[in-house]
Amino acid sequence: MDLTLNESEEAFRDEVRSWLEANHPGREPHGDEAAFAFRREWQRQLHEGGWAGISWPQEFGGRGATLIEQAIFSSEMARADAPAPANILGLVMGGPVIMAHGSDEQKERWLEPILSGEEIWCQGFSEPESGSDLASLKTKAVKVDGGWKVTGQKVWTTFAHESKWCMLVARTDSEVAKHKGLSYFICDMEQDGVEVRPLVQITGEAEFNEVFFEEAFVADENLVGGEGNGWMVAITTLMNERAGLGGGAAVAVSRDLGQLIEVVREHGLEDDPEIRTRVADLLIGCEALRLGGMRAMTAQMKTGIPGPEGSLGKWEWATLNQSLTELACDVLGPEGLERGTPWTYRMLRSRANSIEGGTTEVMKNIIAERVLGLPRLR
Amino acid sequence: MRFDFNDEQAEIKETARQFLAARFRPDKVRELAEAGAYEDALWTEVSELGWPGIAIAEEHGGQGLGMVELVVLCEELGFACAPLPFLANAAAGLVIDGAGSDEQKAEHLPGIASGEARGAVTDEAVALDADGAAAIVVLAADGPRLVAAADAALEPLELIDQTRRYSRLTAGAGEPLPGDADAAADRMVVAVAAELVGIGQRAMEMAVEYAKEREQFGRPIGAYQGVSHACAKMVYDIEEARSLTYAAAWAADAEPESLPLAAAMAKARASEAAWDVCKASIQVHGGIGFTWEHDLHFLLKRARADAQLFGTAAQHKDRVAALAGLG
Repeated sequence: MDLTLNESEEAFRDEVRSWLEANHPGREPHGDEAAFAFRREWQRQLHEGGWAGISWPQEFGGRGATLIEQAIFSSEMARADAPAPANILGLVMGGPVIMAHGSDEQKERWLEPILSGEEIWCQGFSEPESGSDLASLKTKAVKVDGGWKVTGQKVWTTFAHESKWCMLVARTDSEVAKHKGLSYFICDMEQDGVEVRPLVQITGEAEFNEVFFEEAFVADENLVGGEGNGWMVAITTLMNERAGLGGGAAVAVSRDLGQLIEVVREHGLEDDPEIRTRVADLLIGCEALRLGGMRAMTAQMKTGIPGPEGSLGKWEWATLNQSLTELACDVLGPEGLERGTPWTYRMLRSRANSIEGGTTEVMKNIIAERVLGLPRLR
Repeated sequence: MRFDFNDEQAEIKETARQFLAARFRPDKVRELAEAGAYEDALWTEVSELGWPGIAIAEEHGGQGLGMVELVVLCEELGFACAPLPFLANAAAGLVIDGAGSDEQKAEHLPGIASGEARGAVTDEAVALDADGAAAIVVLAADGPRLVAAADAALEPLELIDQTRRYSRLTAGAGEPLPGDADAAADRMVVAVAAELVGIGQRAMEMAVEYAKEREQFGRPIGAYQGVSHACAKMVYDIEEARSLTYAAAWAADAEPESLPLAAAMAKARASEAAWDVCKASIQVHGGIGFTWEHDLHFLLKRARADAQLFGTAAQHKDRVAALAGLG
């Protein structure tokens, strides 16, 4: 057991830290479009510095970093409060899926523009009728000459309006069991058959979109992993998503906790027993999340694959972030009701934490079934 | 960076699990608890394995290992709900080692390490396993003291936890332990946290096993989310408590400056986690879990007692807040 970084890991951390100090782009501008352009420029900078594909193998233009180095990088990004790169979905999900399941031509075509941020990717999984039960999705792909025609609706599609490519799971066979009739496509968003409508969320902003496909064309060479293998390919995406969420989460919560403690002091509530207990619970939960991440990483170094423990981390993070932002708004009092202030925004935004990337209920199912071996109801 | 046990620690864990499963089968735990007694032969056997001296320096007759190894044992003793005076003896050893004079160490540690002259510990309310101990460490607000058994007057206490012996020290001034006992007290706190993790782990495993076999409405009850999600929450609670406890044990050995915060976090979380898991396990068991005949109540009651020992969750949370810069 050694919870410290060794010499080479410390050297790596110092390298990341000093690069971030020298290159930090500052605060994100207001407004969706300005913010996106800012993140795109940030990704270009990260790519130039060799940081964009930190977990990608070197043969595909990445850094080939170890798990510990990836965790250090995520932690330093969170510590510096650096923005996420624009093409985060391409980097965390699209690229890894192409590397795992794509043909040589597909790797050649797509990987480099993902890294540079030149082509933005979005994820077309969820549908209005298919949230947690993803395999029940209805969007159809019908075979035509040279490709497929896609018709249906996707929802909660982040960055769809900025995207060139969509990771699209569609039904190619409705005669077989629901998991078996799906295929995984990379769909060109720049065509007439695709319409993107912003979805305004409870914060008042529109991070997400609804996407309508009306006989949108996908060429044969854009099918990934073969016809009927869409479920298996999609699961890879989701595992990478959850692993990707984990990295800097504890550091981000810890950073926000530091800000919260400042707010408590400013409001003269440091001796209030209830506030003290709630802050202590958050500090304890945050440390448990950080340590749990280290244990999961140690296990992954031995087994080579991320375990179901990632689901616990996702659940812990959602719980913590929601409690933290609620407490901040409680401490702020009437100020915690004002529209557009950072804490009220975070408090409202955190309501999605227990839904996005797999609901807390689904995380509990995964733990019950895969960690404890309890029977499935379905 | 590596957060797991080394081979030796894993082996200690495995040996302890097997030994305790064989010696403290549920009917044995019940027999001893109902009789309100320990079995000397079992303590002798545990002593022959070197457990009482695991974290005591070799010069005093111990094994010279660290807090991580002690925590491994404490967790397994909690898992077995073993009626043994282990925890109090280990706690006394930690405090004498941390705050005792050279003479006090030389006089008391060898007996504690060999298990032949046990130590015990008491705060201002409750003494743990003082009956039959050679020396009692008194943790008082004005500093720790050491009371020889011959000078101590004890009044037995009947607490809900019958797997151990409790009493109240009514007289016995003793001599001061001159050193700083704070770090030793934090080590002691981590040892109890580890026992709580073991208790919670056992209660969780019992709940899961029962949820797989008990059928209602034609299905195992573990298939219902009302039950399975309660079990998932047990994983959440126990794994958080475990991570914090192991990390605090590591800090005690390798990074003492971070021990106070780590120990307070571990004890606060483990106290609540073990209690919550035991409660939920009874709920999952339904009516049978509420009977005297079922073994769960021994775990529930010991979890309650451990949660009170050496500072409650509320007290340790207050320390966490203070150490984080609040007041």
